[in-house]
Amino acid sequence: MVQSIVPEIIKESVVNLIQNKERADGRALDQYREISLETGILNKAEGSARVKIGKTQIVVGTKPQIGEPFPDTPNVGVLITNSELLPMAAPNFEPGPPDERSVELARVTDRCIREGQVIDLEKLAIIPGKKVWMIFLDMHIVDYDGNLFDAAVLGSLAALMNTKIPSTTIEGDEVVVDHEKMVPLPVKEQPLMCTLAKIGKELVVDPSLEEDDVLDARISIGVRVDGSICAMQKGGSVPLTREEILNAVGIAQEKTKELRKSLPKA
Amino acid sequence: MIIILTSKSIGENKGSLITSGTKKRPDGRAFDEMRPLKIEAGVLERADGSAYLEIGDNKVLAAVYGPRELHVRRLLKPNMAILRCRYNMAPFSVGDRKRPGPDRRSVEISKLTAEALNPSVFLEKFPRSTIDIFIEVLQAEGGTRCAGISAASVALADAGIPMRDMVAACAAGKSDGKVIMDLSEVEDKEGEADVPIAMMPRTGDITLLQMDGHLTSSEFEQALDLAIKGCKTISEEQKKAIKNRYGD
Amino acid sequence: MLLVEDKQIVVPGEILAEGDYHSGRGTFKEVDKICSSLVGLVAVRDKKISVIPLQSKYIPKRGDVVIGKISDIRFSMWNLDINSPYSGILPAAEVFGKDKRELSRAFDVGDVLFLRVVDVDEVKKVKLGLKGRGLGKFRGGILIYITPTKVPRLIGKKGSMINMIKDQTRCEVVVGQNGIVWVKGKPEMERVVQKVVKTIEEEAHTSGLTDRIRDMLLELLGKNDNKDEKTTKEEDDFKEELIQ
Repeated sequence: MVQSIVPEIIKESVVNLIQNKERADGRALDQYREISLETGILNKAEGSARVKIGKTQIVVGTKPQIGEPFPDTPNVGVLITNSELLPMAAPNFEPGPPDERSVELARVTDRCIREGQVIDLEKLAIIPGKKVWMIFLDMHIVDYDGNLFDAAVLGSLAALMNTKIPSTTIEGDEVVVDHEKMVPLPVKEQPLMCTLAKIGKELVVDPSLEEDDVLDARISIGVRVDGSICAMQKGGSVPLTREEILNAVGIAQEKTKELRKSLPKA
Repeated sequence: MIIILTSKSIGENKGSLITSGTKKRPDGRAFDEMRPLKIEAGVLERADGSAYLEIGDNKVLAAVYGPRELHVRRLLKPNMAILRCRYNMAPFSVGDRKRPGPDRRSVEISKLTAEALNPSVFLEKFPRSTIDIFIEVLQAEGGTRCAGISAASVALADAGIPMRDMVAACAAGKSDGKVIMDLSEVEDKEGEADVPIAMMPRTGDITLLQMDGHLTSSEFEQALDLAIKGCKTISEEQKKAIKNRYGD
Repeated sequence: MLLVEDKQIVVPGEILAEGDYHSGRGTFKEVDKICSSLVGLVAVRDKKISVIPLQSKYIPKRGDVVIGKISDIRFSMWNLDINSPYSGILPAAEVFGKDKRELSRAFDVGDVLFLRVVDVDEVKKVKLGLKGRGLGKFRGGILIYITPTKVPRLIGKKGSMINMIKDQTRCEVVVGQNGIVWVKGKPEMERVVQKVVKTIEEEAHTSGLTDRIRDMLLELLGKNDNKDEKTTKEEDDFKEELIQ
């Protein structure tokens, strides 16, 4: 990806506004943009979701496959998370294999989903040690307007909640897969991620594209339903203080509650 | 060993050709009937132009950037813009997950799509620049290259790029012994022939032509005429999509 | 024979007229037919048919004033992004004359400048200059990006639209022909201008815009909608503005 040069005066105006606790789009510092979430939008994918935060748009699809477990975890299923920052999403995104930014997004999303224990992976074992369900979670970033992390986790969680896998029975050494009898994935938690940008001395929730371009540092925090933390990622080359981090955690705990309301009712 | 009782990739509610004894097609269409079509222009924020197209169960997004500066000097043309295209299928767009990234099929389709659209664009108005088209297949159900071309042409128009006409694409072919318009996935897979075309409807110029399978020359002519008829229907929807965007 | 109505929205390839008509901007001739090459609005003037685009990229022309961003510093010149398929260069001599000085001390990467297009040569090299009133580096303010074809609508007839915005918000507003607008004033007023400019962009193809923008400004500024303040209803001649 080519780094775009942000005009100096845009940087100044964003920073000055935030210093006065204002934002260019009129939001409060701790306010999200409009969020929309649809699930089950594709029927070739076993689970799917389209999420929009502001104009950022991600299409997420899941595909289950039967495969072999990892040798060190023979009795649990496998979740594989992948993301593509498509060249259609922004003028400076380029075609080609996932770059470091795309890999970071996939890995942070994966950690939030995995450590947040969204799926009961043990229930995805079919023949322990031999056959397990592998769930491929693919995020297709089609429009980039800032704050990919929160959209990625929200969309991924919604797609997993929407996923149905075929039921299986074992007859001798054979796995019989019944596509007529689809069962929901064993989803047991609903962690969500809240990203804050440090701009000047302030922390702002859900950075817009302009804010994402000028931020000094970024902190993304994955929070489970009970308020406990399951994943974190700091980005940007400006350091954060202990107080800023703790403050961010408090804000993320509140904001993820709000975010959770956009999930479809189970 | 894994035994699969019912395969999802054959399609759930489309039945099988072998069992269909009636005149109608597996999904109930007449031989010259297109699947339900929906086109929307201007669906993305960042792209200069964009479009979303659904035909049957196909769901396709197209985005255009440009004309913009070309940084690869060896590709630059001193007297015109170049048109580049990338056709890509989402991993979740098909029955069995597709590995991300280009394969031989998508590389070929990308090339043909660029060539299908090329004659419609006044490239000479933007020398030394590039127009980039990105097509993302979110769901595939037979006929994605045509869906991609039709969507891309709307995205080009939406980007304000001057063109001689909007290119529309549609396939015809033969399945279950009959020449039919707009093949579904089952008809494509189990059928005898597939003829996707793209055309500029005003002049009737054909800008894409592929064929695989087996047809007599009279069947081919019938198929070609059905595909042309399909292109004209799609063309009307393309115009509507653009006009709807501006509330006309 | 005219096949479309004036101000109608047309699409690329649409036949506008047959026979005795002339092909204007945004159209092309095919035997005896005039066709649109763009998505835009039909404008018929006598026997000449044009299509005013609703969306386009900026193509530099000698004499235009543009807003550009320094993207690189090279030997004896700056490179500028001017929101166009063609980037611009500002030769050091335009700024320093014959003096040899370090370029980055005058302008650095990320600086935003108001410039004039001095020359566009055959290989689309766009030479920019700073000689002229009001040209130079911007300090403070915000930038708004609009479709370049809508610039004439933002300016209005003899500056009517832009002057109304300036008067009501007390902001400095500079419009580049490349679709970049610079605004400086009180921060809340800058936001008002941003909203208004975006509305003008979205509704540039509709009638009665000046009046609606005036109402919008008064509402955003919390002023009473004083009917006396309204000047006589401006004639709806957006076609004339856009076609310049």
